[in-house]
Amino acid sequence: MSARGRSESLIPGARSAQGRRAISVLARAAICLLACGAAFAQPGPRKPPIDVPDTLAQRMKACFACHGPEGRATADGYFPRIAGKPAGYLYNQLENFRTGRRGNATMSYLVDLMSDAYLHEIADWFSGLELPYPPPQPGAAPAELALGEALVRRGDAARGLPACVQCHGAAMTGVQPTVPGLLGLPRGYLVEQFGAWRNGQRKALAPDCMAQVATALSTPEVAAVATWLAAQPVSGGPAPADSLARPLPLECGSVPR
Amino acid sequence: MSADGAPAIADTAHERRVTPARVALVLGVLAAWLVVLVAWQNLRGEDPLPPQAEAFAPTPEQVARGAYLARVGDCAACHTDRGGAPYAGGKGVATPFGTVYASNLTPDARTGIGRWSPAQFWRALHNGRSADGRLLYPAFPYPSFTEVTRADSDAIYAYLRTLVPVAQPNRAHALRFPYDTQAALAVWRAMFFAPATFEPQDDRSAQWNRGAYLVRGLGHCSACHSPRNFLGATSDSLELSGGLIPMQNWYAPSLAAADEASVAHWPPAEVAALLKTGLTPRGAVMGPMAEVVHRSTQYLDDADTAAMTVFLRGLAQVAPRVPEGASLPAQVRARGEEIYKDKCASCHGPEGEGAASGGGVAYVPLAGNRKVLMASPTNLLHVLIDGGFPPTTAGNPRPFGMPPFGPTLNDADLAAVASYVRNAWGNAAPRVEPVDVAKMR
Repeated sequence: MSARGRSESLIPGARSAQGRRAISVLARAAICLLACGAAFAQPGPRKPPIDVPDTLAQRMKACFACHGPEGRATADGYFPRIAGKPAGYLYNQLENFRTGRRGNATMSYLVDLMSDAYLHEIADWFSGLELPYPPPQPGAAPAELALGEALVRRGDAARGLPACVQCHGAAMTGVQPTVPGLLGLPRGYLVEQFGAWRNGQRKALAPDCMAQVATALSTPEVAAVATWLAAQPVSGGPAPADSLARPLPLECGSVPR
Repeated sequence: MSADGAPAIADTAHERRVTPARVALVLGVLAAWLVVLVAWQNLRGEDPLPPQAEAFAPTPEQVARGAYLARVGDCAACHTDRGGAPYAGGKGVATPFGTVYASNLTPDARTGIGRWSPAQFWRALHNGRSADGRLLYPAFPYPSFTEVTRADSDAIYAYLRTLVPVAQPNRAHALRFPYDTQAALAVWRAMFFAPATFEPQDDRSAQWNRGAYLVRGLGHCSACHSPRNFLGATSDSLELSGGLIPMQNWYAPSLAAADEASVAHWPPAEVAALLKTGLTPRGAVMGPMAEVVHRSTQYLDDADTAAMTVFLRGLAQVAPRVPEGASLPAQVRARGEEIYKDKCASCHGPEGEGAASGGGVAYVPLAGNRKVLMASPTNLLHVLIDGGFPPTTAGNPRPFGMPPFGPTLNDADLAAVASYVRNAWGNAAPRVEPVDVAKMR
């Protein structure tokens, strides 16, 4: 019921039309004050708040809408798994979004106003999660799979292309602290990252080794690598390797010396 | 008309005829007069620059004061680019007239303000003119900064001189014609800008006056919280009656209306908490105001926070809008409720009551929340589409976040859930249509 409707019925004692009008105006003003006071002056909740756990898992629920529960990825085929990736890698990416080295407006907006301490805490938390991997994405032509596997395992020495496993670990589950795993990622995400490196939408700390690799690969080679990686099950443990064989095939600014 | 009379008539007419030459003369005089007027309007209130650079030996206290004031003015928000060196400029400020690029404020002699004198810096703040005499675009909010005192200007200058010089040439503005001309800017300034000095009001407390000085001057709150006219000029810097932020499409709510963002009825401690932490039991700052809290107001000292609080609580109030609910079609309400229960209720509560955690606010209530209920659903839709975390501040170092639902919900679903939260648990606000969502994407 509106304030106006109520004001008429609340003045039973008013006799004359003029008097009724005057009282009605006053009543409207009073009721407006009361109603506005109730609606706006104290706009707090009508019921006490519910209680939620004081944990980082609860705080990070904002991430799960796209990256899946606990960051294990979803079946939509684009958003990457973040659970279990090396903490240094995850922190570097959050920092890259904040500084604009990686161009993703949604991610930049989300991390823009966060302190370094909070970004580190977030990276550490996702990194510490050990969750089952999604099933691989099969279904590709054998020739494409063969090309992809060759590039991932052996690279192309003639063109100076290192094998993926040289840096990302023999099991391709990444290397501590900053090299990410390559398995359990959607093909679409992998292809788009190569595209982003090639057109400058994704950068890392200089020297940007992956930008060099992505630029050297042809489009069919990118497709083959992504297809083969997305089709692999995670056979051993998902944990990243502890250390990397030195020297690296390329200089990488994001890998501590 | 007779043949013999014609010459005489023609002669007389010739005397009075409006000839192109005369029109040109009159227009020329008018134009010259206008040019003089515009030029005078642009130079009025300017002190002559000292003939040679003044001796300037700032004290450490002055430098520290300047660092504090630079934060109060949030200079870095525009003068530091994403991922760029602090205060080296280069960030683009999108306006309806094109993009204005913030300048390099580091003391680099060639590309920064290394060769500027304190008087030239003051002239930029107070009169909106650069060291080389060019008129500055009001994207640099000198219509507010004009009220900053010379002492505060000198302190900020002293602080900026202590920064590491960064050689980064200023980027040319990308404005459309005629906005890219100094002449157009001069006309704009003649119409909408006059240098001003903050005059304390004797009938108000020192605290109120300090708050007024901060809000109107360095705080440049009116740059967002006041409506802008078609030429981008803010019209009521004193009333803070709310305005749509151009290009960003966030609505900076009225600080004078109880149904928007007035704090007249809030306990002072909550106003202070909003400025210092970005979070109160009634709501959290998101979007542009989250940036302001993160980079600026969280660093206000207690005296300035209290002064701003007193001034904002004392703003003249306008009558609040009478709430007007929408009768949602059953299908829309059902879909909105379904999405709310699935995606929102676990954090915001089954009845929009919000959530607490560890003794503090985790998720804000939606029942009675002014951001949810404002006539324009702009800000609500921003939060639904882009999500976001309130800023990390000393008082709220580990904020709880809101997921961006733009990537995973379609326009109809987002409109349904927005309409639902605007009309559930006693909330009453106009319905949101899918087209409103589409416009925001």
